[in-house]
Amino acid sequence: MRSIRAAAVGAVTMSLALAASACGGGSSTEGGSNDSPKTLTYWASNQGASVEVDKKVLQPELDKFKKQTGIEVKVEVVPWSDLLNRILTATTSGQGPDVLNIGNTWSASLQATGALLPWDAKNFEAIGGKDRFVDSALGSTGAEGKDPAAVPLYSMAYALYYNKKMFADAGIAQPPATWAEFVEDGRKLSKGGKWALGVEGANPSENIHHAVVFAKQHGGDFFTADGKPDFTNDGAVAGVKEFVDLMAKDKVIAPGNAEYAQNQSVSDFAKGKTAMLLWQSASANLKSQGMSEDSFGIAPVPVQSGTPGTGTGVNSMVMGINLAVFKNSDNLDGAKKFVKFMTSDAEQKILNTAYSSIPPVKGAQADPAFNTPANGVLKNTLATSAVAAPQVADESQFETAVGTAIKGLFADAAAGRAVTTESVKAALEKAQAQMPAA
Amino acid sequence: MTSTVELPVRKGESGEKAARGPRRRVPGRIRRIGLPYLLLLPALILELLVHLVPMVIGIVMSFKELTQFYIRDWGAAPWAGLDNFRMSVDFDAPVGEALLHSFLVTVGFTLASVGLCWLIGTAAAICMQDTFRGRGLLRALFLVPYALPVYAAVITWVFMFQHDNGLVNHVLHDQLGITDKPSFWLIGDNSFIALLVVSVWKGWPFAFLIVMAGLQNIPRELYEAAALDGAGMWQQIRRITLPSLGAVNQVLILVLFLWTFNDFNTPYVLFGKSAPEAADLISVHIYQASFVTWNFGTGSAMSVLLLLFLLLVTGVYLAVTSRGRRASRA
Amino acid sequence: MPSSPMAPPRSFLWTRRVFLTLLAGFVLLPVYVMISSSLKPLADVTGKFRWLPSELTFQPYIDIWSTVPLARYFVNSLIVASAAAVCSVVIAVFSAYAVSRYDFRGKRVFTVTVLSTQMFPGILFLLPLFLIYVNIGNATGIALFGSRGGLILTYLTFSLPFSIWMLIGYFDSVPRDLDEAALVDGCGPLGALFRVVVPAAIPGIVAVTVYAFMTAWGEVLFASVMTNDTTRTLAVGLQGYSTLYDVYWNQIMAASLVVSVPVVAGFLLLQRYLVAGLTAGAVK
Repeated sequence: MRSIRAAAVGAVTMSLALAASACGGGSSTEGGSNDSPKTLTYWASNQGASVEVDKKVLQPELDKFKKQTGIEVKVEVVPWSDLLNRILTATTSGQGPDVLNIGNTWSASLQATGALLPWDAKNFEAIGGKDRFVDSALGSTGAEGKDPAAVPLYSMAYALYYNKKMFADAGIAQPPATWAEFVEDGRKLSKGGKWALGVEGANPSENIHHAVVFAKQHGGDFFTADGKPDFTNDGAVAGVKEFVDLMAKDKVIAPGNAEYAQNQSVSDFAKGKTAMLLWQSASANLKSQGMSEDSFGIAPVPVQSGTPGTGTGVNSMVMGINLAVFKNSDNLDGAKKFVKFMTSDAEQKILNTAYSSIPPVKGAQADPAFNTPANGVLKNTLATSAVAAPQVADESQFETAVGTAIKGLFADAAAGRAVTTESVKAALEKAQAQMPAA
Repeated sequence: MTSTVELPVRKGESGEKAARGPRRRVPGRIRRIGLPYLLLLPALILELLVHLVPMVIGIVMSFKELTQFYIRDWGAAPWAGLDNFRMSVDFDAPVGEALLHSFLVTVGFTLASVGLCWLIGTAAAICMQDTFRGRGLLRALFLVPYALPVYAAVITWVFMFQHDNGLVNHVLHDQLGITDKPSFWLIGDNSFIALLVVSVWKGWPFAFLIVMAGLQNIPRELYEAAALDGAGMWQQIRRITLPSLGAVNQVLILVLFLWTFNDFNTPYVLFGKSAPEAADLISVHIYQASFVTWNFGTGSAMSVLLLLFLLLVTGVYLAVTSRGRRASRA
Repeated sequence: MPSSPMAPPRSFLWTRRVFLTLLAGFVLLPVYVMISSSLKPLADVTGKFRWLPSELTFQPYIDIWSTVPLARYFVNSLIVASAAAVCSVVIAVFSAYAVSRYDFRGKRVFTVTVLSTQMFPGILFLLPLFLIYVNIGNATGIALFGSRGGLILTYLTFSLPFSIWMLIGYFDSVPRDLDEAALVDGCGPLGALFRVVVPAAIPGIVAVTVYAFMTAWGEVLFASVMTNDTTRTLAVGLQGYSTLYDVYWNQIMAASLVVSVPVVAGFLLLQRYLVAGLTAGAVK
């Protein structure tokens, strides 16, 4: 009979032992400390062609950092599909990385959790001061009036990429500057199995980036000044409708785009199936897909008036990646050193060149490497006509709710159903109802 | 398996006998009572750790206002009372309406999927009862969908269902000309069909396996007797085969029902984080309501409602089918 | 094989032939797509569908190893799924034996509770489970979070309820006389379990092992948040072929095939046991 107990106990210990044999997993304490000053864990977002490519870009830089400070950085490149879930579970459990990348549109949402280290004057001092960074980039680091939840790392902006040969073949001399010209050119380009524009119709975040800008151009905003959702104002409805109408009414987008969610529109453009693409910092991507640099041109995204600027002249969101530090990191000083390193002029130049993004650090931005015509357009857009994502705590709900609504509208358009002001308004009304009561 | 359904029916005589064995020693009584519990202990600990405690936490969460402001410290989240539930079942408001819609879609989908899986599985099993050339190969082939990793299987279907480049549209539109323009399968109303096809493709082999196994236990004499009575092949299937499968079917259908109802992997891989309305299964809906919008209180309340519903359905199902089977046996 | 004594009528034979052919086509279609696509150049799979590759290439089978660390993911999945399956079955055997052979208080409560865990949407376990694992980690120093161990523990519990349910059925079908005889011969209850009941129920145990293995093998959500770079499993890792730049369909298919072949082969080897096994469990 002793054997029974032994066996049962054995089974229990076995399951516990299994747990004990587990490998990996960091350890961290509540509240933050400097208990393990020699190591850092870093979650990087996927910026390059693939996770493996990113590791190759980042590792030499991390080695440099180790040489300088003796701190070893363990990097994990987290795919976008998992990043927000990973951050969320890390926030809940307190078990996460020391330093991490966040999409800058999430800044305010994540700030609200209180899990990220606020960048007050003192912390900024530790990395060389707040005035090293470009203003537009700092505008996407958290709610107004609060200390930023993160520091800008890479900046990006939307631009109009166009296929020079297809434009020449259609007799179009220069890229469209207004939406009226865009549609007119688009009709010329959309024939013979080719289409004028590609979009990611089933990708909620991508839809949001366009919707915010289109709404702005119609004088609308998705949030009131005091941060309450207001999705059904005339400007927002007109903006969303104009965006979806590119497929529904103007027929310059292939209906098949309504189900794109995995960047197929970029490869369509690279393959010459579409003549235009509205994308953020796409050069490196397009080149890797075999497009030569002089075969495509870059122009500012069209606006109603033809001249980008502020207000209704806005033609891009301030896109980018921010670097944040988890408050309960057990190597706070090391984490700040790492942020300082990553935002130093030298590193900024290397990393932003690798990812064809724009450095949000003034010193690095001035470098001639970022003065090419392509980067000029992006830089100019960021400086003069880009708008920050709504810096409200409910931003991620907004992305989901409105992004999904637009996905549905594209599906309607693709199926040949009418997309009217009423149907757009109804879809947005439904999206708004899913927002937490403010 | 059926005995679990009618647990009290089987008395544990053997258990007593086991303890009365020749090697019985002094505190035998304690051992006799303790042994089964000891055997259950590992399962109990794990179930507690991984299922029951999280379930209880989930139920507690459903009474809290658990948004991103509080997920760092759950204790600080204010109690919401029944608000989360009220919001979930307020079918006039969009949240409740969407939940109801998703629930109905799920019920429809589950019934269709389980029905088809069972039907195809049973038909295939009956067809393959007799030996014929190539039966072994065919049986092996039929098990492939069950043996493929979910992601690999579903992503292949995504590839086939693409609007522009997919096989399905290529065949239906380009080659057969059945549709006058290519259809969308991954968005819009057809997504329900796409989901059903994938689900049945993945699910029927399990039904096939179980039924095929069940068929082997039907005594040959029954068929012989029926044949003597002049019953033809079809009548034999109807009068003998199907009734004899009662016990198998009771468990099989319940298992398929619960799996299909709560299936997350298939719709998630097929449609991503935001499913089209026509295929908005409840598991993805709850995922979106909690993870994507960071509102875990509402998500939990929806889950608790779902739990209650499934408990009710299972209870009624077991009661009805068990009584039905007992009556038919008498 | 129990076949009906009468020769099946023609109508039945024809129906059978048509039905089985259609069914085989339905089953095979995606498998064919997987195989043919894995042999196509990227242009073929991102363009219009074609039944045959424009040129046959084995490049995808070479590229899959460098696009994502497939070998590591495969090993992770294999370790996690095997460990989860074995532990799940061992634990289920103990429980099922207790339920099948003993009468005790709380038996019904146990089986019903175990079943009810299958009715709560799995996604809602995620956060609480995380908290529990992290707290266990903080209290005992056992790192469950982000480790293979945590994943094994989770998966084995996922498959446990149905494993127990199925095994109770199998054990019930093993005649009681057998283990009573063993007891008389001087075996303890555990001796009877392992020398008599388990061998008699081997087919059922194989069936349950396969089920538990497949549960762990295919799971996506928990794996996506509970693993890191070094412990990631295939179900999540395969998504790496859909990159920011392009979806490498041909590599996805090639990788899916490469990782599935060992599993399918093992599965087919075991199917003989499976068929015999499920019989006993489902029908007492």
